[in-house]
Amino acid sequence: MSSAATPTHSGSAMAADANGLAERVFTLLSAVPDPEIPVISLTDLGIIREVRPGSPAEVVITPTYSGCPASIAIQLSIRQALDAAGLADIQIRTELSPAWTTDWISEAGRQKLLAYGIAPPESAEARLKLKGDAPAICPQCGSARTQEISRYGSTPCKALWRCLDCAEPFDRFKCI
Amino acid sequence: MSQTFTLSPAELALRLGDDALILSHRLCEWCGHAPTLEVDLALSNIGLDLLGQAQFFLNYAGEMENAGRDADALAYHRDEHEFKNCLLTEQPNGDFARSIVRQFFFSAWQQLRFHELAKSGDATMAAIATKALKEIAYHVQFAAEWVVRLGDGTEESKCRVADGISWSWRFVDELFTGEDAALRPAWEARVRATLNEAGLDLPAPVRGITGGREGRHSEYLGHLLAEMQYVQRCHPNAQW
Repeated sequence: MSSAATPTHSGSAMAADANGLAERVFTLLSAVPDPEIPVISLTDLGIIREVRPGSPAEVVITPTYSGCPASIAIQLSIRQALDAAGLADIQIRTELSPAWTTDWISEAGRQKLLAYGIAPPESAEARLKLKGDAPAICPQCGSARTQEISRYGSTPCKALWRCLDCAEPFDRFKCI
Repeated sequence: MSQTFTLSPAELALRLGDDALILSHRLCEWCGHAPTLEVDLALSNIGLDLLGQAQFFLNYAGEMENAGRDADALAYHRDEHEFKNCLLTEQPNGDFARSIVRQFFFSAWQQLRFHELAKSGDATMAAIATKALKEIAYHVQFAAEWVVRLGDGTEESKCRVADGISWSWRFVDELFTGEDAALRPAWEARVRATLNEAGLDLPAPVRGITGGREGRHSEYLGHLLAEMQYVQRCHPNAQW
């Protein structure tokens, strides 16, 4: 392959580089746990938007809630992971738009939440069908006979529920 | 119902940021004092959402001012007359019913106001508003449910929520000054629906008290700031 590349060629080579970098960063961050719900990773949570090529390249992230107190811890974890992988040049940028939604939590993330005892949020499709929030499914016994105790729970993103069959209280990820 | 707001963007960001900051502080005063643990968590969580919104607005206000001040500098190093929050947000908590009414009035207003802001040509303001609206939907619902529970509860709880409405009512006019006046009918309809469900009604009109938007505040703001700003004023720009 000649080094005198056409602009098109050089463009696609750059795009390939950018894709390689993005893939590398996403793989890296898929091993970084959420500080408050450590069973899921930052990529499972859907808060890593993209890796924007440039000099410097940027990892673009978004907060779950405006006042999420984990935001600073998340940025520190990302910084540490990037530095440890020799990607100290990559900057971290926070962007609010489009606003984060629970629909961005990956299917794997939903399964991990469930196994951890947190009822995952319903998909957008299910919510549309139900025209509102359905009762949560108890993550302990699978019963749908459940009741909301409080709309606000241990973190901004969760509500408190209880199961009427097995009597266990549990957290439910709020759909937003 | 699209409309243009002629306030300078920096002034608007300051007002909305100060509203959120001051009410957030009031809500956090409930921490450890609410009637139940669940309510304690709820009020702190709402306060946290508001604090996050305040941070976005004030950082943006600081950026537009371009004098090197960020959200922390604006929150901790301004005096009373430089705060532009509406008077409703700085009112003392009173009893639980009064705090709930204040929250319901404010959140219902914020919801309407932010729907307008979300259509703004200013991409940053629109993004903050769009994000916040998801949180505000929960705030309005939480406060409205409590208004109904208290109003439709015992004689005592009904009396207290009615007192809360009466206390807060004179600060409502200020929410609808200038071009925000257009939002009032929708707000009253929303509030009336909940009050009626609670067996209550909108109070008779009163002469509203205004001034917060111009930096003329009630005696309560100074006390709030004294507590909020204490550490930063003693040890300016301390970091940890």
